[in-house]
Amino acid sequence: MRTAVVVFPGTNCEQDVAHALSSLGGEVELVWHRETDLSGFDGVVLPGGFAHGDYLRTGAIARFSPVMAEVERMAAQGLPVLGICNGFQVLCEAGLLPGALIANRDLAFICRFVDLEVVDNDSILTGSAEIGQRIRIPLNSYEGNWVDPGKTGRIVLRYLGDPNGSQHAAAGVANDGGNVVGVMPHPERGVDELLGSGDGRVLLEGFLHSLVPA
Amino acid sequence: MTDEEHESVLGLLGRDPRPAELAMYSVMWSEHCSYKSSRAHLRRFPTEAPWVVVGPGENAGVVDLGDGWLAALRIESHNHPSFVEPYQGAATGVGGILRDVFTMGARPIALWDQIRFGPLEDPKNRYLFNGVVSGIAGYGNAVGVPTVGGEIEFDPCYSGNPLVNVMCLGILRREQLVLGTAGSPGTVAVLLGRATGRDGIGGASVLASASFDDESQEKRPSVQVGDPFEEKKLIEACLELYDRGLVAGVQDLGAAGLSCATSEPAGRAGVGLDVDLDSVHVRETGMTAPELLMSESQERMMAFVPTDLVDEVLAIATKWEIDSAVVGTVRVGGTLTVRHQGEIVAEVPAASLADDAPIYDRPMRRPDWLDGLWATPVRILEGDAADILLRLLDDPALGSTAWVHEQYDHMLFLNTVVGPGSDGALIRVRGTDKGLAVSTDGNGRLCQLDPRDGSSRLVYEAALNVAVTGARPLAVVDNLNFGNPEKPEVMWQFKESVEGISAACEMLGIPVVGGNVSFYNETDGIDIHPTPVVGLLGLADPMPGTPPRLSRAEEGMEIWEIGPEANGNLSGTAAQRVIHDELTGRPTPPDPDAAEKVVALAADLAHRVPVLHDISDGGLAVAIAEVCIASQIGANVAETDNGRLFSEDPHRLIAVLEPHTVELPEGLSRKVGTIRGDSLVLGSSDPIDVRRLIETFEGAIPRRMAG
Repeated sequence: MRTAVVVFPGTNCEQDVAHALSSLGGEVELVWHRETDLSGFDGVVLPGGFAHGDYLRTGAIARFSPVMAEVERMAAQGLPVLGICNGFQVLCEAGLLPGALIANRDLAFICRFVDLEVVDNDSILTGSAEIGQRIRIPLNSYEGNWVDPGKTGRIVLRYLGDPNGSQHAAAGVANDGGNVVGVMPHPERGVDELLGSGDGRVLLEGFLHSLVPA
Repeated sequence: MTDEEHESVLGLLGRDPRPAELAMYSVMWSEHCSYKSSRAHLRRFPTEAPWVVVGPGENAGVVDLGDGWLAALRIESHNHPSFVEPYQGAATGVGGILRDVFTMGARPIALWDQIRFGPLEDPKNRYLFNGVVSGIAGYGNAVGVPTVGGEIEFDPCYSGNPLVNVMCLGILRREQLVLGTAGSPGTVAVLLGRATGRDGIGGASVLASASFDDESQEKRPSVQVGDPFEEKKLIEACLELYDRGLVAGVQDLGAAGLSCATSEPAGRAGVGLDVDLDSVHVRETGMTAPELLMSESQERMMAFVPTDLVDEVLAIATKWEIDSAVVGTVRVGGTLTVRHQGEIVAEVPAASLADDAPIYDRPMRRPDWLDGLWATPVRILEGDAADILLRLLDDPALGSTAWVHEQYDHMLFLNTVVGPGSDGALIRVRGTDKGLAVSTDGNGRLCQLDPRDGSSRLVYEAALNVAVTGARPLAVVDNLNFGNPEKPEVMWQFKESVEGISAACEMLGIPVVGGNVSFYNETDGIDIHPTPVVGLLGLADPMPGTPPRLSRAEEGMEIWEIGPEANGNLSGTAAQRVIHDELTGRPTPPDPDAAEKVVALAADLAHRVPVLHDISDGGLAVAIAEVCIASQIGANVAETDNGRLFSEDPHRLIAVLEPHTVELPEGLSRKVGTIRGDSLVLGSSDPIDVRRLIETFEGAIPRRMAG
């Protein structure tokens, strides 16, 4: 079971995601955004950061990176595709998830722990968690405010409270099949109690469990 | 450049300098680049220790952490650009300090920002504060290096001249160390990164080395514009070059741009360099030779590469999607020759730009007003301790820094064990048992009253701040922010401060491995308080398994004060400022013996007690309140004397622990209270509900920024 962690120029959470997944027994490889063949992988993660600088609109350029054709193929085949923070923004831009992420309500970057609730566990991210389970992991974004005018998104994780104005307090959103998930807070930053929380483990374990042989 | 300096150039060259040569000397001999007013004094710093790998003079200091690991550290100021354009000024300060550290072969792992402004009641100061914090966040978050701490101070003396300092820490394996040398003849100079434009021309000389007046805003074109995305790619590309052993040396392009990045590495290596300005990749047309040589366009590095490895270097640049150009060749001899459009525009001894800058022994005079300040009695602190405490917690310099640090990514890399809002940050080194602790400390008011002892106290305070995380002090970098050095009183303050830092470092047995001097921090003839900022690196080896945290106090635990007993001196304290709006008296001098003992004791206790907290701004009362706030629990404190509750006498900390679990040394410790209930009770004053403490503390900055 191999997971590709995509590195765009400007991505900065790739090592953290690789470390967290590896510490949970995952087999992980970093792949550069120019890669055009992910056929050897059973799942893919788009990690956080500022892909291509994000000067235009978050994810707007990244969606045209060569690797995205393969990400789209995997999504269509029902393989696990997870976008964290900037990766969530890229998945929305690519049309793999509904809605868009706009600037936080208070127009300031937010980096702090937030409390979440699992509201749907039929997804590659929440599959190992119980409905109603409380999860405390860090949020770290400026454009984390999810809006979904079409109201087609399936919310799997909700904020307890309203840190950034996100519609329906959505923190994690899945496609209909549940195999494509975007999450704004960072589960990989919650795998070690020494750093404040181990609550992110159940989410990443869910992701690893959802990998099936290609 | 002064007439005398011009004469020196004439003497050096034996002829009239060409325009490009004059440009190079004027930026390289600026105060900012040459340290011409401070150099004579900086020699006082102790700089040697067995664990020093690279001392002052390179792009960053490097110390040995054991087991093949090294740490690189550096601190810099971006004061003047941040006043002229707060967002870009602060942002490019972050970019610059990162380059200083990854130039050494290190991966930057953490940043600390020390920022000082005038009172937030003034909308101009709110604009500057907001702009600087946004700039640090905008650059640091995007470049992908966590900002894990720093400090904030507000005082009217910074209204016309905010201070924006930034410190960076990097780690590397010993074999990855790279120096700023041009290598040997035949080596090729490869310019990497962003194209050169006209931004930041004369930044070092126009902005950083002159004082402010009403026309300062017109200097905005001299401020550089940052691009964290380019820097991120540049970091990754350079680290790959080092990994593969492709460079003989590297120099970043910061102040003085190409002038510095060509002359300094050549000077250090004792070689000459031929530079072709027509090869430099530019983003504007028609740039003149002086403009190309002085531009401070950001996100550029100069790599010195053996000829046979150039293709590999260019390929790596292409992979990371950064521009590159071969712009020079190292020659025998010591001449820096610069060509532009087929003509020689400069031909100077390379080393002369860095080494032959004038050194000024500027006149010094102890300020006449100092004795008067010392003789003025410090007013007694009257009134209810609870009221005083709440007023202190509502002060933006003492209240919660969350408004600031929650705008910074302080968690990236999964190493921030103790982060912002604590005494010192603690960063783990993964794959080892080691933790790196850093505290940055400044206190302009203390140093205004006593530049020598005040500066010593900063070092001791920083040492205690790292000790409470379990670390022993290892090395210091300093950022010396002062007024106009042409005034004898400012030079005296400077000399005294250097002496104070040196004395404390010697007492603790730690070296100064780098620093920065920022003079001319004055506006309309009014100098800032002398504001040295100390950044102290400590090593915890092993790191405590469960480090002390302010949030770990629980019902029934005892509160102990450790260190010399406070004598109630309120001179220079936060209480004197907030309650009386005065700055008088003479602060308690440091006690080096006590300092050493307390630092060693704290580093030991950090492995055994749940809460250890330095007593500093706001004294014992604020220290205990901060524990109550973080742990969301009350406390009973027996002390009834306002002087002793709010004094900031040095070398003291509190420990919170279960009764009878840890033996503390008699004479150096005393029980001062108990963790209990939902309210904080100071002596016989009214209880303060913990929720009120929290609201007051958390609201101090946001309520002012909303105004």
